[in-house]
Amino acid sequence: MSWVPFFAQVTIHRRTATCETKNGFCPDWIINNFGDRYVDPLFRHLELVLVSVAIGFVVAFALGLLAHRRRWLVGPIVGVTGILYTIPSVAAFLLLIPITGFGLLTAVIALSAYTLLIIFRNVVTGLAATPDEARDAARGMGLTENQLLWRVEVPLALPEIFAGVRIATTTTVGLAALAFFAGAGGLGALIFSDLSFKSNVVVAGGLCILMAMVLDGLLLIAQRLSTPWVRAARA
Amino acid sequence: MRMVNRMVPITSGDILLDGQSVTTRKAYELRRDIGYAIQQIGLFPHETVADNIATVPKLLGWPKDRVRARVAELLDMVSLPQDMAERYPAQLSGGQRQRIGVARALASDPSIMLMDEPFGAIDPITRDHLQNEFLRLQGQLRKTIVFVTHDIDEAIKMGDRIAVLKTGGVLAQYATPAELLLDPADDFVEDFVGADRALKRLALLRVRDVELWKAPRVRPGDLVAEARSQVAESDLPYPLLIDADGKPLGWLSDRDLAGERVPERAGTAPTPLLDEDSVLRDALARLLEEDTQYGPVVDVRGRVAGVLSVELIAQFLASKDPREMDVAERAGVEP
Repeated sequence: MSWVPFFAQVTIHRRTATCETKNGFCPDWIINNFGDRYVDPLFRHLELVLVSVAIGFVVAFALGLLAHRRRWLVGPIVGVTGILYTIPSVAAFLLLIPITGFGLLTAVIALSAYTLLIIFRNVVTGLAATPDEARDAARGMGLTENQLLWRVEVPLALPEIFAGVRIATTTTVGLAALAFFAGAGGLGALIFSDLSFKSNVVVAGGLCILMAMVLDGLLLIAQRLSTPWVRAARA
Repeated sequence: MRMVNRMVPITSGDILLDGQSVTTRKAYELRRDIGYAIQQIGLFPHETVADNIATVPKLLGWPKDRVRARVAELLDMVSLPQDMAERYPAQLSGGQRQRIGVARALASDPSIMLMDEPFGAIDPITRDHLQNEFLRLQGQLRKTIVFVTHDIDEAIKMGDRIAVLKTGGVLAQYATPAELLLDPADDFVEDFVGADRALKRLALLRVRDVELWKAPRVRPGDLVAEARSQVAESDLPYPLLIDADGKPLGWLSDRDLAGERVPERAGTAPTPLLDEDSVLRDALARLLEEDTQYGPVVDVRGRVAGVLSVELIAQFLASKDPREMDVAERAGVEP
């Protein structure tokens, strides 16, 4: 048993000598470990968010267009996406694993499903927001139904659609922190790998918050650029 | 009206445009050939004024240069500055939006236009101004316009022929404005045109249609003696001072004419200035407002065209306008 005192001696040495053995907040440790430990999970997390929101947006937008001219579909679609929305995310990952396996696919399916309700509702509300008289004038001047949709109704729905995508993106950044339950990695895996170490939790958690803020800011800029009339109306 | 461009489907009967039934073409193609302006205007909030106006030309696939030139021309036509092209509808006043709505309906120069209370939602002064402008435009454009209004004065002012509809869409009378006023078909129409229909006839003629008094016109620096001899030959007691462009500066009183030469300024302002395109009713109203017997009439460029007096208007009311004489004789009414 000669190794035991040796091990104990080393451990004691580390605990007394350094910040990280006290599970504290250690700027030096963060600087030294950032590149190796956090960059890859950060990009994985970003990938999860972008792919999930993109797929969710495409599906929700298509459903929104479908329900726009067939209003009776709005109820059933809100119902189904609403049920999806209420499934606890961890449960959703665990339910999907037997079908789609352990990995990115499972996480993306679940995360996309959570965006549907928010984006769908905003798309439908936005498309309905075109003033009746603008719609009447458009038809009266000879726009076809398709032209009315793409040239008038969709552009006028952009503020609502962007609002939906922004909420969905922020939510997904948070939910993707649980994607490691599905084996998809991301910043969540890091947070849970060493929950007691303050430096780790602060950096991984902070990156999540930062990512949510940056994505929201980028979407806000895109929204401003694509809807110049909104600001003109306020001025 | 909305059946003409098939915004409302035709269930029975037919509507012919140039001899061709409107049902023989695709609805959206037909609509692109018919100007369409509605009371609520319906500008697209997300498009600039230029893009709004260019809606139909773009649908018709005009080249960009032609669209741009047309937009500039139309802004001019509805008396709006060119820099308004890049603004959004929310940045315009109600009157400006109405003008854009009319410009948009005119954009592809359709020979037929449908206008549903196009000047309905604006204040009376702007409306009157837009009506005059539109009549002036129509004088050049000569389009066939179906114009819906609830305002009989507007109908009389704007229309060549008026269809009065009773409740339920029953046609009560279809006639020229003069006929409508002189010979209403039934009690409904008579009620509708109002007890003051004799006065309403003043809305049938424009100032330019009246043989105006010739104003004794003098410029600053002219000899006073000449000015006086001009006055003696005219119907007016005072000469009108005008500038180099022919714009009126004011009436010269006896005191102004005390010297040898005509002074630079006149003692009395030349109010009211009457537009030769306004109708006699409005001109009379202006004269009464200003509590005066006569006022100078100016043309589009603001130059003096003559002088209109209350006396001239009274003469018109007492005699009958030739257009109305015909109608009166046909209807068996003693002039």
